[in-house]
Amino acid sequence: MDVSQYLDIFLAEAGEHLQSLSDPIMILEQEPENEDTINEIFRAAHSLKGMAGTMGYKNMQNLTHDMENVFSEVRNGNIKIKSDMIDVLFQCLDALEGYTNNIRESSDEGTETNENLIKALNDILNGGTGASKDDAGPAKESAEETKAAAGSSDSADDAWKHIKLGDAETTVLGEALKQGKTPYGLTVKIQESCILKAARAFLVFKAIEELGEVIISDPSTQDIEDEKFDFDFSLIAISEKPLDELITAAKGVSEIENVTGGVLDLDSTEMESDEDEEADNTPAVQETKAESSHEPETVKNAPAPSGAAPAKADKKPAGKPVVNRTVRVDIEKLDVLMNLVSELIIAKNSLVAASGNTEERTNSAITEQVEYLESVTTSLHESVMKVRMVPIESVVSKFPRMIRDLSKKLGKKMELYMSGEDTELDRTVVDEIGDPLMHLLRNSADHGLESAEVRKERGKPEVGSIFLDAYQEGNNVIIEVRDDGNGIDTEAVKAKAIERGVITAEQGDNMSEKEIIDLLFHAGFSTAKVVSDVSGRGVGLDVVKSKIESLSGEVEVKSKLGEGSTWSIRLPLTLAIIQALMVTVGGEKYAISLGSIQTIEDISRDSIKLVENKEVIHLRGSVIPLIDLHTVLDAPRLSDEDPEHLIVVIVKKGDKLAGLVVDELMGQQEVVIKSLGKYINKCKVISGATILGDGEVALILDANVLI
Amino acid sequence: MDELSTISTSIQYIVVKLGEERFGINISYVDNIVRMQRMTRVPEVASYIKGVINLRGEVVPVMSTRIKMGLEPDVETSATRIIILKFEQQGYIGFIVDAVNEVVTLNADTIEKVADSNKDDAFVQGVGKSEDGLISILNLNALIDEQI
Repeated sequence: MDVSQYLDIFLAEAGEHLQSLSDPIMILEQEPENEDTINEIFRAAHSLKGMAGTMGYKNMQNLTHDMENVFSEVRNGNIKIKSDMIDVLFQCLDALEGYTNNIRESSDEGTETNENLIKALNDILNGGTGASKDDAGPAKESAEETKAAAGSSDSADDAWKHIKLGDAETTVLGEALKQGKTPYGLTVKIQESCILKAARAFLVFKAIEELGEVIISDPSTQDIEDEKFDFDFSLIAISEKPLDELITAAKGVSEIENVTGGVLDLDSTEMESDEDEEADNTPAVQETKAESSHEPETVKNAPAPSGAAPAKADKKPAGKPVVNRTVRVDIEKLDVLMNLVSELIIAKNSLVAASGNTEERTNSAITEQVEYLESVTTSLHESVMKVRMVPIESVVSKFPRMIRDLSKKLGKKMELYMSGEDTELDRTVVDEIGDPLMHLLRNSADHGLESAEVRKERGKPEVGSIFLDAYQEGNNVIIEVRDDGNGIDTEAVKAKAIERGVITAEQGDNMSEKEIIDLLFHAGFSTAKVVSDVSGRGVGLDVVKSKIESLSGEVEVKSKLGEGSTWSIRLPLTLAIIQALMVTVGGEKYAISLGSIQTIEDISRDSIKLVENKEVIHLRGSVIPLIDLHTVLDAPRLSDEDPEHLIVVIVKKGDKLAGLVVDELMGQQEVVIKSLGKYINKCKVISGATILGDGEVALILDANVLI
Repeated sequence: MDELSTISTSIQYIVVKLGEERFGINISYVDNIVRMQRMTRVPEVASYIKGVINLRGEVVPVMSTRIKMGLEPDVETSATRIIILKFEQQGYIGFIVDAVNEVVTLNADTIEKVADSNKDDAFVQGVGKSEDGLISILNLNALIDEQI
């Protein structure tokens, strides 16, 4: 079977299943008895196995198969979860991730069979209880198979018997019989956790059609394609092959819970017009039939056919994932959509500018419509932005695991506390933010937290705490990595910087604590006395900083020696369209992002003071340096400058403020950020350009650089 | 003219004027020719960068070919044009020229290479002959090279 077209689905789902394995295993370590969790893991392992099998990835299938075996034992209570077992399981996850990565790159799983892991899993199995081997049988699906093949004649398993055959189908079946083919009825039950039911059903059809011909299905193929069915469907097929082969083929499709079937007895099947329904069916079965066609719910909820997995049916409601009505969309398509919205906003801005110029009275209708257009485009922009937003959860969810590993590797005790995982950021930002965050966490774990003995001495709890908090603040998202460790030893940093030749001794003496801390972001700087493989190769923090800055964000550190440090990353919500304040400087128009503006002040020239030869103003208790944009931008000074008052835009960057002196305020506008191009990227204070309503280009000031 | 041989070796050039001299620009680079328009000055860039313009919604930097080549600064007339060239690496860049004359097809054989271009002639990579006289073929990569 050609499965290449399902590769994308496979990879996406495998990723999800791996994640849904990782999280519960973490939980399991804490609460080894949690049945919901065990079931969840079992299901994920089972799905992965099925998927890998369908796609022909044998090594992956073998490994997941053994994992599944272990969990089925755990579920049956024959094996207790132990810490070393969790380690093995995590190693299995890593191996599985290795497979999926290989598949992603080369659509081949690679040759690694991970025999040692499989052996470890089998050891766990054998080391369980003496009876475990015997009990393993019924728990595995082979048991379900035999039981299913036995074909108990009640419940949903025989739903195929109730397919109504029309004249056309009967004729076809008759023909088939004459040709020596056998008509079979099959009922396929899809796992309730399956999201793409239609796709699974399609795969089943495809698998069966390779062996024979599908005559009719219930619900109809059209309904199945539209996902208008519950978790099971029935079909009648004719084939020359034996029934087992068909069932095996259908079971090969992943996320298929069960397939039952039998040879169709044409005489006993219900003909649409016939009344011989009762040929070999009891009235009770008729009732089932009526229910199954009118209330599919009852079929779905019918008790699991045997006692092999009673927990499964009972526990499902708790761990059952909510099936969202979602669509997977290529990010590139969203980019195109975003660009179109940008174009639309530019066009809207020109319309606003044009309607502003014409005689107001005669054009009030136009003005009204333009205003309406304005509100629509703004909502459109917001909606598209929201579509592109994803919770940072997808990135941070792997961190608890990482910290756990680090804790073992470094021999320090630590806990990671996370909050705000549901904070949303633009997809492109979320994709990039993982590595910097990981580095900061490693940094905290390795350099920040002290060893348990030192912590005890200092009167801190033995277990160190690392916090990862994310929250939204205005147009920014803040992500903080905090630890209660040692904090940054500025003297050590200074000594190291001098030793490394980053600064001279004299420079070091004159540096403020903050400046010294900023040295940490200097390329090639690492204070760890011993280079560990966790952090300390000196290629870290400067990379973190440049990465964050490439996302138009910034990093700040606050630290108190002995009490810990806080690293905060500030990122803009959106990268393409911003709300900006338009100002003029020397007759030229500039845009300043509203996100960085604190207030706008009217300052009298008398109140300007000189501190260290720099102009500053006092404003509500703080001293704010003034930056004259005419000088910075090399713009001409207007002759009609107000001799007494200055218009000052107060901008902030973290805790720092600065006052930008401008000539005139033009108002707020939604602007689309355009790059100045690679050819003129020298200018640091300009972060881009935008096209105004009248087609003119205005430059966007990067206030962060000025402060 | 023998068409077959010209197809393989001839290149089309757009002939522009800078002062009295005529220069040829390889047409395969040319994206567009627009009239002179209002430009937005960009601070902290080289003196020959006159600013940026809005070209169909894209922001395109524009340079003064004259200043870059060490000629007298531009005097804007009704004939002044901006030739928008597209480079693989740098994207779109506009060049201000005094006027755009015509398109000529020059046979590669008729273009004489300028022997070992010294600094003054770095922007000219060869000289071609047309019916109206000599055409200096501009070395576009040298024009956008920030080092020169």
